[in-house]
Amino acid sequence: MKSYLEKCCDQCWHSVDTPCEQFVACCIEGPLCHKDDECTRKYKSLHNHLKNIEHELPIIFIGMGTCGLASGADKVKKTIEEELGKLNVNVLIVPTGCIGYCAKEPIIDVKLPGKDRISYCEVFPKDVHELIKTTIVDRSIFKKKLLGTYGNHSENIPNINCTPFFKRQQKIVLENCGIINPDSIDEYIAYGGFKALDKALRILTPEKAVMEIKESGLRGRGGGGFSTGIKWELAHRKDSHDKYIICNADEGDPGAFMDRSVLESDPYRVIEGMIIGAYAIGASSGYIYCRAEYPLAIERLNRAIKKCREYGLLGKNILNSDFDFDLKIKKGAGAFVCGEETALIASIEGKRGMPRPRPPYPSDSGLWGKPTVINNVETFANVGNIISKGAQWFSSIGTESSKGTKVFALSGKIAYSGLVEVPMGVTLKEIVFEIGGGIPDNKKFKAVQIGGPSGGCLPESVIDTPVDYESLKKVGAMMGSGGFVVMDEDTCMVDVAKYFLTFIKNESCGKCVPCREGTKRMLEIIERIPVRYETNGNKIDQLQRFKGMIHLQRLADVIHDTSLCGLGQSAPNPILSGLRYFRDEYEEHLFERKCEAKVCKPLLTYEIDPEICNGCGVCLRKCPAEAIVGEKKQVHHIIELKCTKCGMCFESCRFEAINVN
Amino acid sequence: MVELIINDIKVKAEEGMTILDAAKSVGIHIPTLCHMKDLFPTGACRICVVEIEGMRGLTPSCAYPVMQGMNVKTNSPRVRIARKTIIELLIENHPQDCLVCVRNKNCELQDLSGAYSIREHRYVGEKKEHAIDISSASMERDPAKCILCGRCVRTCGEIQKIGAIDFTNRGFVSNVTTPFNKGLNVSDCILCGQCILVCPTAALREKSHAKEVMNAINDKTKFTIAQIAPAVRASLGEEYNLPPGSNVTGQIIAGLKRLGFKKVFDTNFAADLTIIEEANELIHRITNNETLPMFTSCCPSWVKYIEQNRPELLNHVSSCKSPHEMEGALLKTYYAKKMGIDPKNIFVVSVMPCTVKKFESDRPELTEEHLADVDAVLTTRELVRLFKVAGIDFNDLPEDDFDNPLGESTGAAAIFGTSGGVMEAALRTAYFKLSGSELPSFELNDIRGSSGIKESSVNINGTTINVAVVNGIGNVGKVLDEIEKGDSKYHFIEVMACPGGCINGGGQPIHQKPEKVKKRVQALYDIDDKMKNRRSHENESVKKIYKEFLGEPNSHLAHEILHTTYINRKKILEEV
Repeated sequence: MKSYLEKCCDQCWHSVDTPCEQFVACCIEGPLCHKDDECTRKYKSLHNHLKNIEHELPIIFIGMGTCGLASGADKVKKTIEEELGKLNVNVLIVPTGCIGYCAKEPIIDVKLPGKDRISYCEVFPKDVHELIKTTIVDRSIFKKKLLGTYGNHSENIPNINCTPFFKRQQKIVLENCGIINPDSIDEYIAYGGFKALDKALRILTPEKAVMEIKESGLRGRGGGGFSTGIKWELAHRKDSHDKYIICNADEGDPGAFMDRSVLESDPYRVIEGMIIGAYAIGASSGYIYCRAEYPLAIERLNRAIKKCREYGLLGKNILNSDFDFDLKIKKGAGAFVCGEETALIASIEGKRGMPRPRPPYPSDSGLWGKPTVINNVETFANVGNIISKGAQWFSSIGTESSKGTKVFALSGKIAYSGLVEVPMGVTLKEIVFEIGGGIPDNKKFKAVQIGGPSGGCLPESVIDTPVDYESLKKVGAMMGSGGFVVMDEDTCMVDVAKYFLTFIKNESCGKCVPCREGTKRMLEIIERIPVRYETNGNKIDQLQRFKGMIHLQRLADVIHDTSLCGLGQSAPNPILSGLRYFRDEYEEHLFERKCEAKVCKPLLTYEIDPEICNGCGVCLRKCPAEAIVGEKKQVHHIIELKCTKCGMCFESCRFEAINVN
Repeated sequence: MVELIINDIKVKAEEGMTILDAAKSVGIHIPTLCHMKDLFPTGACRICVVEIEGMRGLTPSCAYPVMQGMNVKTNSPRVRIARKTIIELLIENHPQDCLVCVRNKNCELQDLSGAYSIREHRYVGEKKEHAIDISSASMERDPAKCILCGRCVRTCGEIQKIGAIDFTNRGFVSNVTTPFNKGLNVSDCILCGQCILVCPTAALREKSHAKEVMNAINDKTKFTIAQIAPAVRASLGEEYNLPPGSNVTGQIIAGLKRLGFKKVFDTNFAADLTIIEEANELIHRITNNETLPMFTSCCPSWVKYIEQNRPELLNHVSSCKSPHEMEGALLKTYYAKKMGIDPKNIFVVSVMPCTVKKFESDRPELTEEHLADVDAVLTTRELVRLFKVAGIDFNDLPEDDFDNPLGESTGAAAIFGTSGGVMEAALRTAYFKLSGSELPSFELNDIRGSSGIKESSVNINGTTINVAVVNGIGNVGKVLDEIEKGDSKYHFIEVMACPGGCINGGGQPIHQKPEKVKKRVQALYDIDDKMKNRRSHENESVKKIYKEFLGEPNSHLAHEILHTTYINRKKILEEV
């Protein structure tokens, strides 16, 4: 047997046309319908082979998610193949998804027959020769790039889950990511995949499946945090011939890449969650709405859907349960607002992606006017484990109101960026300093932006806030989809507000007035803060700056109060959280006309320290505005009125004679 | 029924009713901009937000159903600030050129600004910039004035089912425009002007012919003649605060004379003539087994629609010119000859409830040797503006009568202005022509009223004639599909592009109330009711003109002067 689709003997009859209800169970414990030692041996051997317990050739795993590929995993793979060719060694190369440690990509794992799987990080083409020689030829450890082992912890080789980055994590959604080959349905099954579907179809009624999710306390991981079980229940109760289930994979927050990684590294998990959801609510077709910017995810999803159809896990009469379900992928054109459920539905229907007022909610009247459930990728990825391990197991993880784990995409000024999955209730501090390894270059922590553009920037004073839906809301941020951008002292909070507002302004669909007009005006008010008006002498512009600041809070409140959809309602959050925690910084910009972080260029002043300047003339030659004067070997001066704050002098001075304030 | 509290008033409302309607039922006004009765709420403008106890944000009352025990505040400080801010935001992205705007004092944004006491520019910033689309012969689009409420888009797409305009771009640069921003003249637009009637500002307006008209009047060599459409007389009074449905025919004639028109004739005269010609064409088609059903051709929007969308069905359309074009053609032939005036010096102005008539008067098919049948078209609204400039005190004007011989009309012509009117008038005459006796009853109630498609059948000497009236171009698709499939049972079909007919035309006074249209319609039926002659073939002047000039209906001369041809516009649009 090379795959589970192959029959162990003539007695097995599972196929797409003649589905066997025990197919999935058989894969793991098989054969179930007949007793034959040879068949049992075949199944066992395939299982061990797929889980890499038994293999003859050494295996090299290469992390080939988008992050791995961006770090050069493709080139590394090619170099490895060349190297092996040169040595004439037979090795199995398996591409995997992303383990989450994006900062350390490319990550290569080596497993020798009978030995543990050992992970190496930051392996670039130049390291390949040594890596192959040490690990494959000499069969020892390549200490220089060692990350950890998947086997027993020892002093020389730490277990990967004992390293700081992984130690505090609890992987439920990401359990297969970076471990299995995302293109192999057999590996997914061998690692316990589709067990939940098998249980749902054979043992649970749709009502029971809904109850299980409801009791687990699972809440939407897309941002809103609405109870998934209740959502399913509402749609389940609707009496309609056609119902739809949609997976929202339109991940658009700047700095968020959780959904992409899950889809790339473990697409079958999401599909399984969707099939279970469809069974629970009674839907017979579903859509995965994935943004076109995720070509690799779409490619892998397409392959996964095709495979599922071949295995009889999608299509008519799935596992002989009389339940029909099929999936389509709909590519989104990249509008942020299409992550909003009613806009997403409009987009699938071929209309302009604009939200509409609710009620009616999608569970009453969604896609094509039919009851529809929309859940996020991560939500669906949780479903399988809840069904197979039970609601109780899931609700034992996390806090009182927020159950389970949450995946965060760590990025920004942090030592170890990447994907982390932590149980709810872990504090921000633990994520930043323990898992993320703190701030690099001995800089000071300033804030963490959580929840994407709709979230807020949280300062050090609230860094002990536990990560759960309610606590984050209380401090002025939100769970969002899981973006987690860390900022250090070199970050200007006015500039950050400007960045997120620009994003929101550009992504507003333009339907409702407060969001369309209001976000533009908010941005204009923020943009006026760092502008220097002295030079053009326009007093009205200066007046406008103060006037805008006076009315900013009112505008923000109205946009929050009256916007049509979540995008608009949360649009003022970057400003509101900024004014709440970093008011000093705004005031410093406004009144003292200074930017402590030295980001707002128009507010900076460049001066030459006469004590240090030796008149070498480099800055004078580099200055594009001819703002520097001075005789050779004499102290130079900067004419402030002419200075365009480009910073060329600062960068070119070899004596650090230029002060920036 | 559910009970709720709005502003401390106990309100009983039907289940499914919106908060907006429930508030209205107890005399609480909530302003709206994007709301359109009977269409699914879009919730775009957010002006109608109210505060509901227990809800996080403010709620749009146009889109939210009432619920038992709900406690609603429509006038709390939070609501007032929200509305005021939204109005301020709209104003700051608007040209604010009210003093020189065609909709000054008739603008919903201006009204809201007044109602909410906007007294300062709180959020100054960049304004959008767009070129005015003057490409079409009838209408102008000025997107800079557009507040993106979407009412025009929905009227065009959901009511008229044309879809010539829609939203493009997003966020602050959102715009309502034609496909690829190419201009109305090469879009699917049929120039019905229904979008103008729903536009809260002056973003959509007619293309004015006022200057051409005044130049002609001031030109001593020109013999200027005005003619008035049936629907204008029942609506113009609204602009002078007269009750809707006031018949102001006499004042309009007097006003036009004071403006300087040498003669004022009645388009109703030509409407009677149209009936004679059209009824004869229908009888000819029926008796000779020619293409049926036959469509009316009075509505140039409808003609443009079929030319653009179903040119293969053009032979179903009557070849009759529309009444005002017939009138114009006769003025430049029969009347000119009779009065000894050089037709080149005759300047015919039609006062119409319609925007597309401007486009129609430009059609080369309606021009004879460089002489257009009609030289300029004024909408009802434009005429009022001219009256105001000329200092004409409309309400105090003495009533005047139409000039003759092209001023006499029957009751049948009067009802041309409403949906079903042309059909009713035609049947009165066709029945007589075919059977030799008069129709038992004047009123054909089957084809009156506001349904989308109205049908009736008349038994004439044992032959059943099936007729249909399409009220609003949005309803025509089904009828055309039936014809294309070959299973249409009708003989004669009237199509009016505007819902309600010309009385609700795109050139009429701008209103937002369906009740007003009903009263205007009633005014036309009243005129018909009071007439001595109620059948077109009883019009003495029409009889005379056949005797003196045209000969028989559908004669060679009649065809030359009163009939026209159509073109395949689909091909032209596809080439563009």
